[in-house]
Amino acid sequence: MVRELLEGNAAIAEAAIRAGVDAFFGYPITPQTEVLEHFSRRLPEEGRVFLQAESEIAAINMVYGAACAGARVMTSSSSPGISLMQEGLSYIAASCVPAVVVNVMRGGPGLGNVQPAQGDYFQTVRSAGHGDFHPIVLAPASVQEAIDYVGLAFDLADKYRTVVVVLADGALGQMMEPAELPPFRRTRDPGSRPDWALTGADNRPRRVITSLYLGSDNLERHNLRLQAKLEEIAAHEVRWKSYDVADAELLLVAFGTMGRICQTVIRVMRRRGIAVGLVRPITLWPFPTAVLRHYSAQVQGMLVAELNAGQMAEDVRLAVEGRCSVCSYGRMGGSIPLPDEIVQQLEIFAADIACDSPGKEMMP
Amino acid sequence: MMATPAGYGEKVAAYEHPASLNAVNTHYCPGCTHGIIQRLVAEVLDELGVQGRTIGVASVGCSALMYFYFNVDFASAPHGRAPAMATGIKRVSPDKIVFTYQGDGDLASIGIAEAIHAAARGESITTLFVNNAVYGMTGGQMAPTTLPGQVTTSSPLGRDVRTAGYPIRIAELLATLQGAAYVTRQAVLDVPGIRKTKQAIRVAFGVQMADAGFSLVEVLSTCCTNWHQTPVDAMEWAKRNMIPCYPLGDTKVSEKTRALMEEH
Repeated sequence: MVRELLEGNAAIAEAAIRAGVDAFFGYPITPQTEVLEHFSRRLPEEGRVFLQAESEIAAINMVYGAACAGARVMTSSSSPGISLMQEGLSYIAASCVPAVVVNVMRGGPGLGNVQPAQGDYFQTVRSAGHGDFHPIVLAPASVQEAIDYVGLAFDLADKYRTVVVVLADGALGQMMEPAELPPFRRTRDPGSRPDWALTGADNRPRRVITSLYLGSDNLERHNLRLQAKLEEIAAHEVRWKSYDVADAELLLVAFGTMGRICQTVIRVMRRRGIAVGLVRPITLWPFPTAVLRHYSAQVQGMLVAELNAGQMAEDVRLAVEGRCSVCSYGRMGGSIPLPDEIVQQLEIFAADIACDSPGKEMMP
Repeated sequence: MMATPAGYGEKVAAYEHPASLNAVNTHYCPGCTHGIIQRLVAEVLDELGVQGRTIGVASVGCSALMYFYFNVDFASAPHGRAPAMATGIKRVSPDKIVFTYQGDGDLASIGIAEAIHAAARGESITTLFVNNAVYGMTGGQMAPTTLPGQVTTSSPLGRDVRTAGYPIRIAELLATLQGAAYVTRQAVLDVPGIRKTKQAIRVAFGVQMADAGFSLVEVLSTCCTNWHQTPVDAMEWAKRNMIPCYPLGDTKVSEKTRALMEEH
């Protein structure tokens, strides 16, 4: 295989095609429309299904239908569109059918803007729809990771029969950088759909896929099954990357585009003689709680840097349970800090810790 | 002594349980017409020989549990989204027969966009649209199809068109779309109407089997419970009040559909 100069959005679509996606249903929205455009050209070429839906609500329900029929299926959107898809995400998770959703996040709330942001962390990780469930959430920090995690997302969706969200942002969607696409995987033969899928009750008992469980005992049993699955996912699928953590006295915690900026920050800090490490969660759910708890005994403090008001910071605080100081630094509205800005925040944070003052919110 | 006619004394099945229906009791209220319409759908699936390749999509409302009653594969859609879900199923399983079954709250209110766009795309699915002019499951609230002046639990003084607007005529609305191959309005308010409704359902599935486009059968029905009427009175009330607002008959028969109808 060769490294090519690839745009993030197009690379996400092509990676899905190579991962054997049977169908894509979506609706245009900046900054991810190129995903839909790439599919609109390539899927018919491959003899697979592309359909531009009338709304994100319709798109996610088309995904739900195709998933019930046992197809490998996905959609992609950006923040306001994901809000509309939340109904479907809840039904898909409740019905235990596999689906992949890409969210190329933009600035919010409301119509916000089309600049990169990470303001949908809570929405995706904590509250992807009504009821008790979490999707598996993967956070790429480069075009290469976006490609890799789209493939991984399909595998995890199939393995656990649930929703997997690839949580990217406008910067990743719009940037071009060298990356390598994987080889083509074989698509699933329509005659060999999974043994739970709706394929017609021909010489077998009929199958029903529903999220309706009338009766409190009935629904609680279903919820306990869903929770057991989530526990299994949490036990086996936590992923993260760590950088310069062995001797770190201060830890940066950041995901996605911000995680990538922080890789530069730790190099700058090291040059200044301050031992800073970085933990970059890859799975935002399940969150690398144990990893951060482990480092909370080693470092003096953690600075959680995000392109939001400090959403993941809550999960970091829950992980360290007060064992070290946790400080949140966030930029919003599509503003992306330069590494120097994070360096400055780290220096303030280090000074605070030295003064034995508790970590405080530092917003510009 | 007269000769015994051939076959005399043999038992002839005049009325059987359709293979596409399960042998279970339904939860429908006494006098409800869902049972009639669902039986008609099952009879048609049997007669067309497609039970083993049919996938139904249930909706939200009184018919939400219809997958217990049908002996075919079934999905259950979020409120109003059945045509979108059916689209997803059909696009990845083009050899299957896919139908949705929706009430008037589900299709004409919260799901009108999904219904219109499925029709506009000429989606090769069949929709059964059951119109009884109220939300049944939630206890008889005003629907988009509620008649002007009709009393419901959310229009206690009668539907006031100045504030609540006018009924939506789905069969006429969808007939304007090029992708709709067959759109008709029938009523299960008497035996001739039930027979005509079955014929329309047969045509609608035939259109899908010929891949001729989107097909929809609107069925005028009753809700004795929420109308606070006996089943017989409800049938009469619907004939007197609903049919003038919702005239019966085909609103769209494409050329291909007409050819199919003449063929049979």
